Amino acid sequence: MTDHILEAHTLEQDEALIPPSNWFERSETLQKLRKNKKFPTIWCAGCGLGVVMGALIRAIDHLGLKNDDVALVAGIGCTARMPVYMDFNTLHTTHGRALAFATGLKIARPDMKVIAIMGDGDALAIGGNHFIHAARRNIGITALVVNNSIYGMTGGQYSPTTPVGKVATTAPYGNVEPPFPICELAIAAGATYVARSTVYHALELDKFLAEAIAQEGFSVVEAVSYCHTTYGRLNRLGTAADMMRALKDNSIAKNAYDKLSPDEQKVNTKIVRGILHQDHTRMEYTRMYEQQILTRVQSV
Amino acid sequence: MAIRLMQGNEAIALGAIAAGCRFYAGYPITPSTEVAEVMSRELPKYGGKFIQMEDEIASMAAIIGGRVGGLKSMTATSGPGFSLMQENIGYAAITEIPCVVVDVQRLGPSTGQPTAASQGDVMQARWGTHGDHPIIALAPISVRQAFDLTVKAFDFSERYRTPVILLTDEIIGHMREPVELPDFSTIKIYEHEVKEPPEEYKAFRNTEDSVPPLVPFGKGYRYHITGLLHDEIGFPTQRLDEIDPWLKRVNEKLEKHIDEIVLVEEDYQDGARIAVLSYGCSARTARHAVKVARSQGKKVNLLTLLTIWPFPEKQVEALGEKVDRVIVPEMNLGQLAYEVERVIGRKKVIRVTRANGEMVTPQMVLERMEG
Repeated sequence: MTDHILEAHTLEQDEALIPPSNWFERSETLQKLRKNKKFPTIWCAGCGLGVVMGALIRAIDHLGLKNDDVALVAGIGCTARMPVYMDFNTLHTTHGRALAFATGLKIARPDMKVIAIMGDGDALAIGGNHFIHAARRNIGITALVVNNSIYGMTGGQYSPTTPVGKVATTAPYGNVEPPFPICELAIAAGATYVARSTVYHALELDKFLAEAIAQEGFSVVEAVSYCHTTYGRLNRLGTAADMMRALKDNSIAKNAYDKLSPDEQKVNTKIVRGILHQDHTRMEYTRMYEQQILTRVQSV
Repeated sequence: MAIRLMQGNEAIALGAIAAGCRFYAGYPITPSTEVAEVMSRELPKYGGKFIQMEDEIASMAAIIGGRVGGLKSMTATSGPGFSLMQENIGYAAITEIPCVVVDVQRLGPSTGQPTAASQGDVMQARWGTHGDHPIIALAPISVRQAFDLTVKAFDFSERYRTPVILLTDEIIGHMREPVELPDFSTIKIYEHEVKEPPEEYKAFRNTEDSVPPLVPFGKGYRYHITGLLHDEIGFPTQRLDEIDPWLKRVNEKLEKHIDEIVLVEEDYQDGARIAVLSYGCSARTARHAVKVARSQGKKVNLLTLLTIWPFPEKQVEALGEKVDRVIVPEMNLGQLAYEVERVIGRKKVIRVTRANGEMVTPQMVLERMEG
């Protein structure tokens, strides 16, 4: 390891080189990873997705769920590769369709915790229709949307969350389409738990994800991340560390945001982090089907 | 059960329930909608679940998800919806998730004529999704057979871990015939049996019959399913030594069981030099034309294909050796005829085609027997 990295972590040379002999076994997070095959991940060094994966594992762990009772369903993209590394029931599907597959799975197994893991393009462009309808039904699925404002896997094309004016390989003169506000869309469509945080605020992500998974109905967690390889490079935003720091500097906790005056709120450009919506009054879809239909229809 | 007057679409829905289908996801489209309507009404009586999804792409995805969760699943649609389902049909084929897709064919392309019949999706049923893949397609010719082949479709999809297309058409779907259905409790569908413990389970390994048993999610057998090329535990791979044996198994597994999968009806006469070969609604035309020809003293062979894909090469080839001429009536511009020509040569094949929503008439077939 080079000196400047060691310095940044305030580590002694020996400390960095010699991990404790039981480093894998003693980490609860690592125990939820698949051990039978192939690391490292496909993600670029410095990507925020590792933070999200860690947060998801810790959230599931915190709830005391058994690995067998959890299903992770994903579509296509960098984010959607996450399930393959994790030791649950994992379904890697077609682009944009994670929530549609997850809907069938949840109906077949209402007792299981079904988590759909999507990027911003996967969830909101090609999968936008499924996103609003899953929310409308309030089906018991947790949608984890990692928002890095770009199509990373295909090399940096503008997505439905790319801000206006930013450059992408398919927006060389600057993006002219306004972005979707993911959480506001989810709330309007009927999701019953909606929260947002960033990959800088890893512990906050743990908490929101645990709450989202515990929520009976459709829950959404937007994990704001970054793509230094494409978006950052094209828009000259620096290294992964620079972009991570920007998430810290350019975000504001919801309780702090709520204290701002209406005028201040109007001009706020920071990412608002927090639980943005929670509703315990609407019945979850599979429970509704059970109560309203299955128990009422006379069985043959 | 008592004799009832019933539509083909209703028979399909009841056949699915009889076969143990307990999840249906679909989107309304003429002329298949009655399948969804009957399923929404009947499934809950059997503890099954129905959902109307936001589109056909989602419907196809949901039934795959449902089967991954352990419920036998089905969807029904027509041409435009069938086109939308193609990507996920390929996903089911390559991840080897059993499911049944009913395509009640209507006149296309595009919106075409929703209430008019067609057999225009023959090639789409085989090659609609991208890439080489296994697929089974069955085509009923009567209401009772719509029931029976739906049951078969579930049995085949489970037995061979593949999507099965029930390739019917507006005429069979909307036609009413008196039928007596069998007692549902007498119907047996193939069940997967897993002998190995979870830690040794490999969902995509090679087996003697090329069809590894499938365990649903949430049963303690945690594994990965992906539409990427994968190895025998489902992990994405680019290694040729892992990809090649798996691709070979998946693409050859139906060939290996072809004699069980191919269903045909042969009605042959000694010394006949003319044959009529057909399927689906056009087989009704063929049957009538052959009956008339025989009543006029002609000798004619009649071959009805119930299995369209994989194509019954052996049976068609044998027919080609018996006769000088094979007349192929169909409600398209000659899609299955391509396959017949491939097997027995172009010279012997006479196409009788119609793609305007009207049935091929027995007269059109009889005329081609003459000269």
